[in-house]
Amino acid sequence: MAKPLVATGHFTGCFGCHMSILDIDERILDLVELVEFDKSPINDIKRFSRPVDIGLVEGGVSNDENVEFLRMFRENCKILIALGACAVTGGVPSIRNTVPLRECLQEAFIDGPTVVDGKIPDDPDIPILLDKVYPCHEVVKIDYFLPGCPPSADVIWAALTALLSGKPLDLPYEMVKYD
Amino acid sequence: MSDKPVTFTIDGVEITAKAGQTILQAADDAGIYIPRLCYHPSLPPGGHCRLCTVKINGRPASSCTFPADEGLVVENDTEELNDHRRRIVEMLFVEGNHYCPTCEHSGNCELQAMAYRLGLLAPTLPYFRCERELDASHKDVYVDRDRCILCGRCARASREVDHKVVFGFEGRGVHKRISVDAPHNLGETNLAAADKAAEVCPTGCIMLKRKGFAIPVGQRKYDHEPIGSEIERSRSAK
Amino acid sequence: MAEAHSTLVKEVVEQFGADRSRLMDIARALHGKLGHLSEDIIGEIADALGIHRVEVRDMVSFYAFLSRSPKGKTTIRLCNAVVERMNGADEIAQAFEEALGIRFGETTPDGAISLEYTPCMGMSDQPPSALVNGVPITGIRKADVPAIIDAIKKGGAVQSLPVAEIELNLRQSGPVIFAPMDRGAAVRRAVDMTPDEIIATMNTARLRGRGGAGFPLAMKWDFCRKAEGDAHYIICNADEGEPGTFKDRVILTEQPDLVFEGMTVAAFVIGAREGFLYLRAEYEYLLPHLEQVLARRRRLGLLGENICGREGFNFDIRIQLGAGAYICGEESALIESLEGKRGAPRDRPPFPVQKGYRNQPSSVNNVETLCCAARIMEKGAEWFSSIGTRDSTGAKLLSVSGDCERPGVYEVPYGATVATVLNMVGAEDAAAVQVGGPSGQCLAPRNFGRSISFEDIPTGGSFIVFGPQRNILESMHQFIEFFVEESCGWCVPCRVGAKHLDIIFRKILDGKGTRADYQQLEQVCMTVKTMSRCGLGQTAANPILTTMRNFPELYDALLQSDDFIPSFDLDKAIKEGCEITGRTPALEEHHV
Ligand SMILES: Cc1cc2nc3c(=O)[nH]c(=O)nc-3n(C[C@H](O)[C@H](O)[C@H](O)COP(=O)(O)O)c2cc1C
Ligand code: SF4
Repeated sequence: MAKPLVATGHFTGCFGCHMSILDIDERILDLVELVEFDKSPINDIKRFSRPVDIGLVEGGVSNDENVEFLRMFRENCKILIALGACAVTGGVPSIRNTVPLRECLQEAFIDGPTVVDGKIPDDPDIPILLDKVYPCHEVVKIDYFLPGCPPSADVIWAALTALLSGKPLDLPYEMVKYD
Repeated sequence: MSDKPVTFTIDGVEITAKAGQTILQAADDAGIYIPRLCYHPSLPPGGHCRLCTVKINGRPASSCTFPADEGLVVENDTEELNDHRRRIVEMLFVEGNHYCPTCEHSGNCELQAMAYRLGLLAPTLPYFRCERELDASHKDVYVDRDRCILCGRCARASREVDHKVVFGFEGRGVHKRISVDAPHNLGETNLAAADKAAEVCPTGCIMLKRKGFAIPVGQRKYDHEPIGSEIERSRSAK
Repeated sequence: MAEAHSTLVKEVVEQFGADRSRLMDIARALHGKLGHLSEDIIGEIADALGIHRVEVRDMVSFYAFLSRSPKGKTTIRLCNAVVERMNGADEIAQAFEEALGIRFGETTPDGAISLEYTPCMGMSDQPPSALVNGVPITGIRKADVPAIIDAIKKGGAVQSLPVAEIELNLRQSGPVIFAPMDRGAAVRRAVDMTPDEIIATMNTARLRGRGGAGFPLAMKWDFCRKAEGDAHYIICNADEGEPGTFKDRVILTEQPDLVFEGMTVAAFVIGAREGFLYLRAEYEYLLPHLEQVLARRRRLGLLGENICGREGFNFDIRIQLGAGAYICGEESALIESLEGKRGAPRDRPPFPVQKGYRNQPSSVNNVETLCCAARIMEKGAEWFSSIGTRDSTGAKLLSVSGDCERPGVYEVPYGATVATVLNMVGAEDAAAVQVGGPSGQCLAPRNFGRSISFEDIPTGGSFIVFGPQRNILESMHQFIEFFVEESCGWCVPCRVGAKHLDIIFRKILDGKGTRADYQQLEQVCMTVKTMSRCGLGQTAANPILTTMRNFPELYDALLQSDDFIPSFDLDKAIKEGCEITGRTPALEEHHV
C-alpha cells in the first residue's frame, strides 16, 4: 500500500507552526515512515503534483495569494486541517482587523516614526492585501482545527497519527491551548 | 429563598442546601461544578453569561440566581446544556476581539479555560470585528475592551465591595460596553489598584499594569486542570 | 452658556424633587429643552441628583429617543416596521433622503432636520407612519414628503397637515372593551366588596392576562396582595411595543376611563396608594388627553382620598413616559425603567408581585386586562365567562394589519379561528399570518383552522397578514433585525446570538446557504431560545423557528446543495486594497 501523502502550506503566519512540526524531534523519522510529504515549505515543493490525503495549513488569509493557495489546498487535500491560532482565528496578524486597511498602511509606510520618504508599496509582484485577515474556515471548508500558538509537536503528532489510523480526533485537556 | 435547609437533586445526586442558598452555591458546596463566567463568589449574581443555566423541573433557569428549594429536580451536566454553553462561549469569542497568543491573561483566563473545558476547538460563528476602545489612562490599571465579555463583575465589585461606582454599562444590545465614572477615561476615576474591581475580571480586560506574563507557561492556573476542578475536587475528597 | 445649562439642570432636577427614580423624566425634560444630552449635561444631572455620572450615562445611553450627540431641530423618525415596509416605507425613506440631501442617521448641514428610523410605533393599520418631534403622522404617501418638509421648515406645524390625522379604525366593537360604560360603576361596586371577594370574582371569570403571558389575574392580584411590603403598587403596562399591535392605543383613545377604573379596582384589592401607567414614548401625543381624564376622575372622587366615600381608600395614578425601548414592555424591565434606570429585565424569582417597583409587591397588568377587570366588576363574572372558551374566557382585541382590506382593531371572542378572522378583515387570499407579532408565530394556510386562545394560539393581539405576493422570509429577517436592535444586551445568548441569527439567516436568504448553514442557524436558534434571560431572547428566534416548521418549502427552495459556501467574498475583501494601491487583482480562479 502506498504511504499516505501529506502536504503543508503557509499563509499569513510566522512559520512557528512549521517549526512545531519539525519539533516532533525524532518522531519525525517515524512520521516519514508513516507518510510522504508532498507539497510543503519543508521540502520546498511549491505545486501539487497529485492530490494528497492530509493538508495542514498554517496562517490566516490576508492577501489574494493566500486565497489562491488556500483554495488550491482545498482542491488537492482530502482532509484539510487548520493548524495553529492564525489559521484557526486569524491570530496575531488579525489584530489589524479593527483598524481600516488604509490606516494600517498609512501608519506602516507613511506616518510611522521611522519612515523616510514613505510610499504604500504597489509593486505588481507583491500580493494585494485584503481588508481583513480571515481565518481559513471563512474561505474554504476546514475539516479539523488544531489551535495553539504554535500547537505543540505533541498535538500535531497526536492528530496525524489519529487521522492516519482512522481514529477520532480526541485531544487530551492539556493539549488544547489557544496560545 | 428558603429559611431552612432544603434537599434537592442535581443530575440525580441528592444535595442539601443551607438556608438562603442559590442552586449554584449549593452545588459548589456539594462539589458539583456548574459552568459560569459572570458569577463571582464574593459578589451578588449578575445573570449575564447564562452559562450556569440548568433545567429546573424541566425549565431552563440561571442557577446563580435561582433559590434552592425542597425537592427541585435539576439537570446540569447534560449534552444539550453543554452544547448551548459551548455555543455561548463561542459567541463571546467572536463578539469581542480575543487574541489569546498575545494576551497577558492567557492561561489564567476564565473565558479561555471555559472554552477548553467545554471542548471548543475553534469558533466558527461569524466574527463581529467591532472596534472597541482601549483605556490605558490610569496609572496602575488598564481596560482593554477587546477582551471584555460584559460580565459586569467590575461594576458589581466596585459598588458592593469597594463602595465606589467606578464602572457601569453604556449603550444597549450589541453596542453595550463597560463605561467608567468619569467624563473621559479611567485615569480620572478614584479606582485604586487594590480595589476588588481591579481584581475580579475573568478575562484580560481589566488588568494591573506591570504584572503581565509573570507566571511562566506550564504553571498558569488552567495549564493542567480544567476550570472547576477545585470545586469538583472537594466532592471526590468527600 | 455652560452656567445657564447648569441652572437649567438644577431647575429641572428640583422640579422632580431631586428624586433619583425620576431620572427618566429629568432626562426627557432636558432632552426636550436642549435637543440632546451631552456628557457635560450628564455630569450636571449626576451632580444635581447626587449620583454617579456613569449611572446617568448608563440610563441615557440605553434609550433610542435620548441622544447624546446634537441632532437637528426636528427629528423625523420614519417607522421601518415590517408592515410599513410592505406599504412603501422604503420609497418614503428615499423621498426624504433625496429631498433633504442626507441619509438616515444624518442631520442636514443647517442643523434643521435629522432622519432616523424607529421600529413599529403602533400605527400599522395606517402605514407608512413617522414621528416628527414626537408627533405621529400616518398614511404617508410619497407625494406628501415635500409638504411635510415644508411645514417643518416653516416652523414645525405638522399637526395641521392631513397626515397628522390619526385614524381610529375600530372595525369591530364588542361587549367587553368598547361598549358604553358607566363611569365609576366598577369602583363603586368594588368598594362594596372585600378584596377577597373581588379576587374570587376574577377567579370565577377566569380572566387571564392580555399582555402575552396569559397569567391568571386573580392569582397575580392575590400573590401581590398577600406579599409583605411597605407599599404595594399597581402598574399598567401601556408600552405596547410588539410590532403590529395598536389596540392599547385605541383603548387609551376611546376608553381611558375603563383603564383607570381597572387600575383603581386593582389598587383597592392589593392595597396600593400609588399606581403608574407606563406609556410608550410613541404615544406621548395621548398624554394631554389622559391627564384630562385623570383630572376629571380626581374631581369626581374616583381618584384621590377616600375614593367613592370609602374611608382610607386613597389612590392616585401617575403617567410615566418611556423613551423608545421595546424591552420596557417586559414587566421587570418596565419596573427598572420606572425607577429611572436602563430597561434591563430582572432575573426571576423574585417576581414583581413579590419584589417589584422599589422592591415592593407590584402588579403589572396590560391595558386590556385592566379593562376586562373593570367590566367584570360592572357586569359580573358569569357574563364574562359566558364569552369565549372554557380556558380562554372573554374576548380578545386583535390589531389587524398587513395585506387585508380592513386593517384595524377587532374585538373577537376567544376561540375564533384564524380563518374566521381573515374573512372578517378581508384577507381570504392570505399566504401567511403572523400572530402575536415577531415573538409569536408565523402560520401557513394549513394552520388557519387553529384558534385564537390560550390553549391554541395565544397572542397579545398582533395579527399581520401576508398576501401571496410577499416574500415571507424577508419579513422574518426584518423581525430578526428588530430583535437585534431591541435586545437590551444584558445577556450573551440574546445580545450576540440575535446578531448571529441575522447574519446566518441573511446568508441563506441571499442564496448562499448550505444544509450546514441551516443546521448552524437552527442550533443558534435553540441556544438563544433556551439560554436567554427574558422573554425577548426566549422568543427572538421564533420568526425563524416557526417558518422552519410551517414553511419548510421556502427554505428548501433557498438552500444550495453545495457542501460549503464561504461567507468570504474575495471581490469585497480585496476592493479596498486595490483602491489604495491602484492595482487590479490578477487571480487565478480556483473553485472550491
Ligand atoms: C420583550 C417583551 C415585551 C413585552 N411587551 C409588553 C407590552 O408591550 N405590553 C404588555 O402588556 N405586556 C408586554 N409584555 C408582557 C409583560 O412582561 C407582562 O407579562 C404583562 O404586562 C403582564 O400583564 P398581563 O398579565 O395583564 O398580561 C412583554 C414581554 C416581553 C418579554
Ligand atoms: S434576553 Fe435579551 S432582552 Fe432579555 S435580558 Fe437577555 S439581552 Fe436583555
